Amino acid sequence: MKERFATGFDPFVIPFLIGMGFVLAYCAYGILRILFQLSREDRRRFLLSLVTPATALKNIWDIFCNCLLHVKLWKRNRLLGFMHSSIAFGWFMLILLGHVETVLFVPHRINLFYYPIFFNYFVAETDATLRGAALFFLMDFFLLLILVGIALAIIKRVRSRWFGMRRTTRPSFLDTIGLYSLWAIFPLRLLAESFTAHISGGSFLTIPMNWIFRQFFGNNLYMLPCWWAYSIALCVFMCVLPFTRYMHIPAEMMLIPLRNAGLRIRHPRKGFARVEVLSCPGCGVCIDACPMSADKANLKDCTVYLNRQIRRGNERRIREISDKCLLCGKCEELCQVGVEGPALRIAQREMRQYAVEPDYAAVDMAALREAASGSKVLYFAGCMTQLTPAVGKAFESLMHKAGVAYTWMDREGGLCCGRPMLVAGRRDAAQKLIDRNTELILSSGADTLVLSCPICYRIFTEAYHLPGVRVVHYSRYLQGLVLLGRLKLEKSDICYVYHDPCELGRGCGIYAEPRKLLGQAAMIAEAPQTKGESICCGGSLGSISLDFAAREAITRHALENLYASHADAIATACPLCLATFSRYANRPVRDLAEIIDRSSV
Amino acid sequence: MKDFGFTLSPSSAVSLDKVDSRLWHKLLETSPDAAVCISCGSCSASCPAARWSGMSIRKVLLALQRGQSVAPMLSCCMLCGKCTMVCPRGINTRKLILALCRICEKP
Repeated sequence: MKERFATGFDPFVIPFLIGMGFVLAYCAYGILRILFQLSREDRRRFLLSLVTPATALKNIWDIFCNCLLHVKLWKRNRLLGFMHSSIAFGWFMLILLGHVETVLFVPHRINLFYYPIFFNYFVAETDATLRGAALFFLMDFFLLLILVGIALAIIKRVRSRWFGMRRTTRPSFLDTIGLYSLWAIFPLRLLAESFTAHISGGSFLTIPMNWIFRQFFGNNLYMLPCWWAYSIALCVFMCVLPFTRYMHIPAEMMLIPLRNAGLRIRHPRKGFARVEVLSCPGCGVCIDACPMSADKANLKDCTVYLNRQIRRGNERRIREISDKCLLCGKCEELCQVGVEGPALRIAQREMRQYAVEPDYAAVDMAALREAASGSKVLYFAGCMTQLTPAVGKAFESLMHKAGVAYTWMDREGGLCCGRPMLVAGRRDAAQKLIDRNTELILSSGADTLVLSCPICYRIFTEAYHLPGVRVVHYSRYLQGLVLLGRLKLEKSDICYVYHDPCELGRGCGIYAEPRKLLGQAAMIAEAPQTKGESICCGGSLGSISLDFAAREAITRHALENLYASHADAIATACPLCLATFSRYANRPVRDLAEIIDRSSV
Repeated sequence: MKDFGFTLSPSSAVSLDKVDSRLWHKLLETSPDAAVCISCGSCSASCPAARWSGMSIRKVLLALQRGQSVAPMLSCCMLCGKCTMVCPRGINTRKLILALCRICEKP
């Protein structure tokens, strides 16, 4: 290979240099800004994690798997995964191989920023280039891979269902410009390299195209305009990148190390949250995932639009979206990047100032303390179970059958667990409740705390510190009693479909235990969307602004999913789901404890 | 005073011409569903905070319309959402309480 130009420069590289310079400057500024927004402790933790070999290796591996290969997308839908990884990985390989070529053939030019990108324009093939043939082949191969990816992306715009998506995001104006310039980059590169292939050499794609072009045009006049167009397309893409969803490309590379360092959202707009918002690729997986999408009026209230509004700074909409969400966590479960939609919203709710601060000084702690004392096993039913007395009754009957001495600490009413307060964004108030409950439980002298409400269970496992007390969900506790032989179950022939409550499943990762227990008492059918993808019942306390009427569509949508299993009845392990489903269901809805109680002998 | 076995309670008459219902009207701007309350008392019956504070949404709404102070009751609320679940009128009581906590003057 020899150089065609002694200067190693042509004016067409200027647009590319402008775009690249801009995007690099923007990202450098962004990284510094985010580092300054982090708290001192977080920043230290992050910087330390970068030099810790184990975390650093994990960072590289995660970036490779998620940003380039899009492993999670492959698992979701192969076509979608192929489309994204072909573009991302292909582009990465083109840049990498461009550098390899430059180092191999014109090593003195490696300091020129643009050289690897426009390599084919600046070099001419010689007889001694045979060892480059493999590289030329790879270049053409990856270019073809990207072009296939782009073709799929265009098809996805019209036929998103082929890619496993019912709805996709409506791109904003700048997103559209970014999208079209991205689509234009690679066909233009193909044209430019094809017009140059008789000089610079090429492979299976560029050489035949060059031959065809030469039959038509027979001169080199079209060469330079194509390189100009390629450079301009790159420039446009990179200039709009910071203001479009394509910002996720650099942002995700920042998000992964931050997450691996163990950072959490502390402010809804700054630091870690900012990186999460910028990392949202706007793919729209969360639109289909969101249970509120059952009603078209709520289509623009899912996480992808929250991220967009946060980027735009539209305070009214940010508040609206944050207050509406049910916090079921399905968007987070399905998000390919790992944007924590619920946490972002709770952080947003925490920004709100209240004139009236909660004060639980009037609570009669002595009476509650007395109600909680007496035995080694405590049962905390929670507020919602008061509205579904069947759950508590069934649990009581089971404990009686198993002969377990226990104390139902809130039989006559007690304190709330604090989770509803926490999700409403009033962390201090929730902490007051947590402190009081902790005091009650620790002073009772019990060593086991059984919970039947997943809302309570989640906060008890996440935010309570109860040394010496085993916090256990009743599905696990009852299973233990069955294994010990203290409870004997007879399998009935009623077929139940088990609905995973959001707080229990996605919130605490308990999927198997309730099914195992239920399987010993009845037949089980699975709904089409189940476990991590189960649909919120619509009764969630997470939402502040969704009113009664607006929740009906959500509940019916979740019920349709359960009906599809053709089960005789619906089983769940959450008093709130039970109450909500019972309202509209066309078949019996029962709590796990009720079912177990009926089939125990 | 001689003990007759009963006492007279002070008059609880409310002069609707004199009450300060600004807070009530302010609440209606953000949560108009407060107006559909039929004072059935389902919320009073289910409220876990009622045991020690006398809190209930019904009482809060009535007090607001009578221009009486509601902050002490509100500060006992644990936001558990039972009142929302039982309300036959489908009032979003949690939203209402949060809105009141925001617009209320400090007690």
